[in-house]
Amino acid sequence: MTKFAAHINVMPRAEISDPQGQTVERTLPSIGFQGISGVRVGKRITLTVEAPDEQSARTIVSNASQKILANPVIEDYELELTPL
Amino acid sequence: MIPTVGVVVFPGSNCDRDANYSFDYLGAKTRFIWHLETDLEGIDVIVLPGGFAYGDYLRTGAMAAWSPVMASVKEFAASGKPVIGICNGFQVLCEAGLLPGALRRNSGLKFRCMPVRIRVETLDSPFTSGGMWPGQVLTIPIAHFDGSYYADDETLEELIATRRIAFRYCDADGELTDEANPNGSRLHIAGILNEQRNVLGMMPHPERAVDPAVGGTDGRLILASVLYALQPAGEPS
Repeated sequence: MTKFAAHINVMPRAEISDPQGQTVERTLPSIGFQGISGVRVGKRITLTVEAPDEQSARTIVSNASQKILANPVIEDYELELTPL
Repeated sequence: MIPTVGVVVFPGSNCDRDANYSFDYLGAKTRFIWHLETDLEGIDVIVLPGGFAYGDYLRTGAMAAWSPVMASVKEFAASGKPVIGICNGFQVLCEAGLLPGALRRNSGLKFRCMPVRIRVETLDSPFTSGGMWPGQVLTIPIAHFDGSYYADDETLEELIATRRIAFRYCDADGELTDEANPNGSRLHIAGILNEQRNVLGMMPHPERAVDPAVGGTDGRLILASVLYALQPAGEPS
């Protein structure tokens, strides 16, 4: 068994408006940051997973992401996996 | 027949007592059901109350959706018995897949706590069949940060085609104005039904509009309707 570090980036789906990101974007120029656009706010989940190989580790985290870590109705996720 | 209403209590639920009080006020028997319980024998109606189940960690309702009691609630719903999810309970029903869509952060990024008006969109459900007319405007309080209903276009079209939108936010005249939508919900959706029409999720709190001592009484119509619907036809209750 090998341990892997997993990072799951969960973002609101592209076609869905992101009021948090929009509010941050509107605030940035007022405190002196120019030229910034396309702000979107998501979350990053990190965890350790133990599995026989990278493929099975990826399957476990991927299933967990689809079932609970992200909500596919409103969120997309990207998964990064690195052996520890 | 006096129905027994089961009010599910998750760690972090905070409208469970209000729900219990309201159904008690309307003459039903009530019982609290702890989130680890799985035996729903003898229960006629399930209420998933408002609050912040499991702290609403990760997403609202996400953890609660996979709690032991919810497996039983899914079977209960599949058997055709009525389930009503109020506020956090609506969020739990969506996360559990018992209702389509999701509740997102309010578009104005503010916690909204106030009475709102909602329009009755269908009488074809146990929650709306008793004593309401189509297009009737009810005044019911909301209290939520994450109540912006989202579903993709295809799902919304299906909800419309199958008349599964139960309530929509409106103004005093029943008009769907932007100002009357407190949270940016798509199609002004305040409440929806499942395919079988026995599961209702709604963000407004009917249980907070039952006892005239604390405000309006329009919530009675919804809660009493469920109790009426359980009565055998042609028999006095």
